[in-house]
Amino acid sequence: MGSLQQGLLQAFELIFHFDQTLFGIIMLSLKVSGIALAISTAIGLPAGALLGLKRFPGRNLAISAANTFMGLPPVVVGLIVYLLLSRKGPLGFMGLLYSPSAMVIAQAMLALPIVTALCCSAIVNVDPIIRLSARTLGATPRQETLAVIREARYGILSAVIAAFGRVMAEVGAILIVGGNIAGYTRVMTTTIALETDKGNFELALALGIILLTISFAINSLLHAVQQRGPAPGP
Amino acid sequence: MKLLVTNISKHYGGKAVLSDCSYEFGGIGPYVLMGPNGCGKSTFLRICSLLEPPDAGMLSFTDDERPLPHTLELQRRMTLVLPRTGVFNTTVFNNVAFGLTVRGLQARAIKENVQRVLDFVGMNHKEKQNARTLSSGETQRLGIARALAIDPEILFLDEPTASVDEENTAIIESIIGNLNKGGRTMVIMTTHDKDQAERLADTLLYMKAGEMVARRP
Repeated sequence: MGSLQQGLLQAFELIFHFDQTLFGIIMLSLKVSGIALAISTAIGLPAGALLGLKRFPGRNLAISAANTFMGLPPVVVGLIVYLLLSRKGPLGFMGLLYSPSAMVIAQAMLALPIVTALCCSAIVNVDPIIRLSARTLGATPRQETLAVIREARYGILSAVIAAFGRVMAEVGAILIVGGNIAGYTRVMTTTIALETDKGNFELALALGIILLTISFAINSLLHAVQQRGPAPGP
Repeated sequence: MKLLVTNISKHYGGKAVLSDCSYEFGGIGPYVLMGPNGCGKSTFLRICSLLEPPDAGMLSFTDDERPLPHTLELQRRMTLVLPRTGVFNTTVFNNVAFGLTVRGLQARAIKENVQRVLDFVGMNHKEKQNARTLSSGETQRLGIARALAIDPEILFLDEPTASVDEENTAIIESIIGNLNKGGRTMVIMTTHDKDQAERLADTLLYMKAGEMVARRP
């Protein structure tokens, strides 16, 4: 118990003294996960809209696949990206292994199915009469689609926030492809794993507290978005 | 603009919904279509408003005897008010502005038009309210306002007062009446309400089992 108390005390000291190393780690975490999220949203939102609005052969299979991959184990993604980027792998020539870019790729792969599947579900759940109404008012097919996406905006935002929560908290994939190199690829979750192994609980606890705080903020935001969501119909 | 409907038919899953419907809409109406549930009135309106194609037959729109090609431009000269208004989850103003926004109008013109039609349907004070919080009568009036904003040459109304209280029904009927007085907008509507049909119709049409059976000018 003593070590926990002492650890907590020192953790707060680190936080409130704006420890340079600590903030470097936090910023890298946010940067890697933020970019991964931007990439997965740029691909996942159009993909989700396509799955939600168009009928084509293989559509059901694609939706099932997206739903299945939502639960991808991070270590498996880490392994796959490792094999792709390792020197002998097909993308080895790019020299990306053990770099923040490799971490972004791995996290984007984790986030993509979440963004795609949840955006698709948000868009599917928009009342079909919205699309028809847009058409009666003279919308082109493109404007119809935009009207439906606009109607699903709260669900889409929830999808993005949920994906962010997932990638911020994962450790398996980035540990494998990033290598946890101090000052270069070391992020919050990998630091916690390492420092706990070494018995340096202060830094681990400080990061744990911050990670929890970020997680709490994300979930509060998600809740607020869901509250604002579709108002009761007439 | 005139609309000539020639022998249109429509099937859904092998079942005939419309068969050989023909009519010439040459005046401004109001043309009121009556008939039992499932007789094809709504399908007829959706086809006439170019929302779906007929399986057979022809629709020809003409302007001073000149035939008009079925383009987006033509479709934008008419609109259909659905029996249940698909309300966009945003303000009343934005709902009414939708048809103008997709046509690329300037913000100022949009504002003027929206205020004009909200005034016309008596909903000016609701401009900033979220449209999802309106009562069902107001929602139906919003549907009409949204349609009027684009200043259609043909206005199709599918059961405009089906789920609306008496007070709002009276308001909607007076809107339709006033609209027609302008003499520019052709009104083609369906209703279940016989008295309403009598009150509003310039021409009464009856449909039965997918066929146009009688009309009374």
